[in-house]
Amino acid sequence: MAWFRRFYGESPLHLLALIACFALAGAALLALSPSPGAVTIAIWFVAAVIGHDLVLYPLYALADRPLVLARRARRRVSSRPVTVAATNHVRLPVLGSLLVGLVWFPTISGGGAEVLAFAAGLPPTIDYVMRWLLVTAVLFLASAVVYAVRLGRAAVRERTSGL
Amino acid sequence: MTSTTEPPATPQRTPYEPAYGFPRALWRGLARVPVPPPFSPRTWRSPLRGRWLTSVFGLVLLVGLPVVIVTGFLSWLAYGPQFGQAIPADVGYLRPPPLAWPTSPAWLYRLTQGLHVGLGLVLVPVILAKLWSVVPKLFAWPPVRSIAQLLERVSLLALVGGILFELVTGIMNIQYDYSFGFDFYTAHYWGAWVFVGGFVAHVVIKLPTMVRSLRRGGPGRWLHDGVEETEPEPADDEPGHSLVATSPSPPTMSRRTLLGAVAGGSALVGLLTIGTTVDALRPLALLSPRGRSYGTGPNDFQVNRTAFAAGIGPGVGDGWALVLRGGPAGGVRLDRAALAAMPQHTATLPIACVEGWSETRTWSGVRLRDLAARAGVPAPAAAVVASLERAGPFARATLQADQVLDPDSLLALRVGDDGGGPMADLSLDHGFPARVIVPALPGVHNTKWVGAIDFRDAQRSGAGPVRGGA
Repeated sequence: MAWFRRFYGESPLHLLALIACFALAGAALLALSPSPGAVTIAIWFVAAVIGHDLVLYPLYALADRPLVLARRARRRVSSRPVTVAATNHVRLPVLGSLLVGLVWFPTISGGGAEVLAFAAGLPPTIDYVMRWLLVTAVLFLASAVVYAVRLGRAAVRERTSGL
Repeated sequence: MTSTTEPPATPQRTPYEPAYGFPRALWRGLARVPVPPPFSPRTWRSPLRGRWLTSVFGLVLLVGLPVVIVTGFLSWLAYGPQFGQAIPADVGYLRPPPLAWPTSPAWLYRLTQGLHVGLGLVLVPVILAKLWSVVPKLFAWPPVRSIAQLLERVSLLALVGGILFELVTGIMNIQYDYSFGFDFYTAHYWGAWVFVGGFVAHVVIKLPTMVRSLRRGGPGRWLHDGVEETEPEPADDEPGHSLVATSPSPPTMSRRTLLGAVAGGSALVGLLTIGTTVDALRPLALLSPRGRSYGTGPNDFQVNRTAFAAGIGPGVGDGWALVLRGGPAGGVRLDRAALAAMPQHTATLPIACVEGWSETRTWSGVRLRDLAARAGVPAPAAAVVASLERAGPFARATLQADQVLDPDSLLALRVGDDGGGPMADLSLDHGFPARVIVPALPGVHNTKWVGAIDFRDAQRSGAGPVRGGA
């Protein structure tokens, strides 16, 4: 089997698994093709990948840069040692807020509001943007409390070790 | 002693073997082309990326995603494919094994569909983290080094595209956002099969790597490190193909903080979701448009289709009479007074929707099997329940024999909360004058505004072949 690996690059099982994958995906596409909207579905499928890999990912990677750069700048500008790093106390609540904003985007953005009123009889009286901001505020508050506690504990540790 | 018989020490084996295949010259030539970011390996700086980290996320998904997949297909089965009412109806061989959906336990659909939606949402942070952990592979250079890698990368479209597509369509559907413009069920069903193909192949190919990586970096090794001690994992492949950064930045986060953050994200999503199905926690579902409480009265639970949307006017009860068909003596008409004069049965049953929310209520009305006997078909093979609603995909639903004959299957006239509080007539939005409620049946098949029930014997049951193309 060494010749196979040298030619193909992996074991025969690898090839079998992939052929099975393509066969199954192909069968599903074939079954889908007569349905109305099949082309739109395929476009959304590809758009989901592009949307994540080439839009969402670069955006959040770039958004993280200022935080990392600020952290580096702080350590260069001041010689005072950092007792408790603040970076993650900003990063994590932002991540939590973005996660909630992403998962409930249709509701927060009002994308489902019309159908909601029609199908569920719920008039658009609830301000979901406000609720999302409240969740965000709670996350930042919790993060700030943990940060304060850690700062306090570090100060106590410093004083006791200084004695 | 034995050292004399040992072969001369072999040169230190690299922990990885770059897997170049045919045509080698082409791949090696590509590898020598200098490339700009994001294809250059120096683009990726995080010291946390590596096989162990990816394997941790992989393990969680390996346990969680099969549950989401199986419960999804169970939901398709629960819609009654033998009557051609699973959506999509005609699926050929690409269907789960035939299984008669039971009526017991009554909370079965609440559990399976709650898991499908709830667990699917809870896994979102894990999926995003897993994709983050392997993103250098997307921009690997050379893009492939063998035919094997070429095929594998194509299959990742089924895997990654599949999971993202299923998430996007599912998340939009549970929030009433249909701006995608295609039929949700069709897209979600076939998308699932594409994903299953990609997922199974990925597990077969990567499982050994995952197990090896998890063994090599036991929890003591990578979880113990604080930020300052955090070091990159050892390189697992040549630069350009390794998950491990070739020129890592100083760590800003430890591995345990990252894993904790992902777990925290899952917990946050879970916290905001659980209120759609647990009564006591309903206020927590503050961003979910479904599974809400409308107030404290017997009828103040989630409406999924208003009378207005169904074209049912407030005068629907005037002169209303239920028509029972299928008996040897022809149709039987029962007005509300006649129904109220029949033996009334009370059952506490959940109503659980395909969108994941559920709610327990106490229902009271006439048993469906009593109605079948009244119609003259005491042992029906199926019953077709027709709503007064004219159009709409769920204006009629076929029930299988055990769903008609279950002692808790009702034509409900009244509803109350689950705690034995006062009961009231069904409100117009909840199906006044009468609605069906059957244990473990998907919500939309519990037909509202029932106008007629056609009890059918085996010959007329309409049950199609097992393949469900009826």
